[in-house]
Amino acid sequence: MTAEILRATLEHIVIVAISVGVAIAIGVPLGIWCTRHTAAGRFVLRIVDAIQTIPSLALFGLLIPVPFIGGIGTRTAIVALILYSLLPIVRNTLTGIRGVDPVVLDAGVAMGLTPRQLLRQVELPLAMPTIVAGIRIATVIGIGVATIAAAIGGGGLGTLIFRGVAMVDTRLMLAGAAPAAALALVADVVLSFVERKLVRG
Amino acid sequence: MPSSVEFRDVSVASILQAIDLRIAAGEAVAFVGRSGAGKTTTLRLVNGLVRPTSGEVFIDDLALAQSDLVALRRRTGYIIQGSGLFPHRTVYENVATVPRLLDWDEERTRAAAESILRKLDLPLERFGGRYPRSLSGGEQQRVGIARAMIAGPAILLCDEPFGALDPIVRRDLQDAFRALRSGVTIIFVTHDLAEAMRVAERIVLFDGGRVVADCPAHDFPAQPLPLVQRFVAAASLSA
Repeated sequence: MTAEILRATLEHIVIVAISVGVAIAIGVPLGIWCTRHTAAGRFVLRIVDAIQTIPSLALFGLLIPVPFIGGIGTRTAIVALILYSLLPIVRNTLTGIRGVDPVVLDAGVAMGLTPRQLLRQVELPLAMPTIVAGIRIATVIGIGVATIAAAIGGGGLGTLIFRGVAMVDTRLMLAGAAPAAALALVADVVLSFVERKLVRG
Repeated sequence: MPSSVEFRDVSVASILQAIDLRIAAGEAVAFVGRSGAGKTTTLRLVNGLVRPTSGEVFIDDLALAQSDLVALRRRTGYIIQGSGLFPHRTVYENVATVPRLLDWDEERTRAAAESILRKLDLPLERFGGRYPRSLSGGEQQRVGIARAMIAGPAILLCDEPFGALDPIVRRDLQDAFRALRSGVTIIFVTHDLAEAMRVAERIVLFDGGRVVADCPAHDFPAQPLPLVQRFVAAASLSA
């Protein structure tokens, strides 16, 4: 039993890590892009917002018939989790960059920083605590939503929970639920720490 | 080498109307006027933060529209109210910004930072590693001056740099500023006439987006214009 919990936990971590990782790779550049294209940015944000409002079980279900990315299994689960993780990351990247003191930006431009240098040397470092806060929210939500991924054969701790529900076995349910809750708490604490470090830094 | 600055028939939307002004290389000019008179907009035309709607700005007789703005900005110092220091960078890193953009080696950057900070009473060994938020307003503004002047700019643009400081610190900084102002063309925006007379040798008065007076600083208080007299009265009351 212990080995199975460990394996499921590991699988869970891998699924969430891949999803959040890809969501960061897409979401941060997308958030930056949104700060540069105000009108189109609003549109992008609305789409990302809309995805978030789809109930997670429904999103998993909706993805199953989609060619290439759909079907039953871990891949579909990861795609759904990426979509879910996008909103906090895109939104916080946008908010973080918009929140940079305009006087500081003005000084940067006036000293001859190119737009790219301004982004890398001023805007991103100053927005980083907010971006990390977005990653933290995405991770914590992702760990929770990933348990539901088991419904479409996504694997992870949800497998134990669903089996426990089917067999009316409380211990089995807890074997899935408790590690998932613990993971979420640990992720929250660790990423909050990083966030505070960055604010002070 | 200081640069000359010339505005030829420059208008900016409804803010500035047909400004014609020539500032010689090495001159120190104060732009005075009430809020919204157009002095800050005129200043920001010089480093291309504002573009003219019509007319043209020339730096060393070269049209700004035809010059490399990024390169121009790297040799144009800019000091603003609230300093605009990078909050995530130390005093040294802030001061080293332009030298690093200009690809100076570390040794040269350090020596220049040391020298300019010493002139501003901020010894590098004591202040270099500190972050802006741990400094007083006056100290932050000194770092702002050091950052603007470290690479020996050709033009120095100052937009109400001492506006938010208490009168004593303000006076100290004006004196520190005066000691540094050689070999550079200075445009200094302020609404404080006493400050203008202390830092500049020529005063240009703006009103409603136009230049309404332009004369040597020591002649300014004697100008018969009513607006000049109101500035004089306000300055002597606050002095």
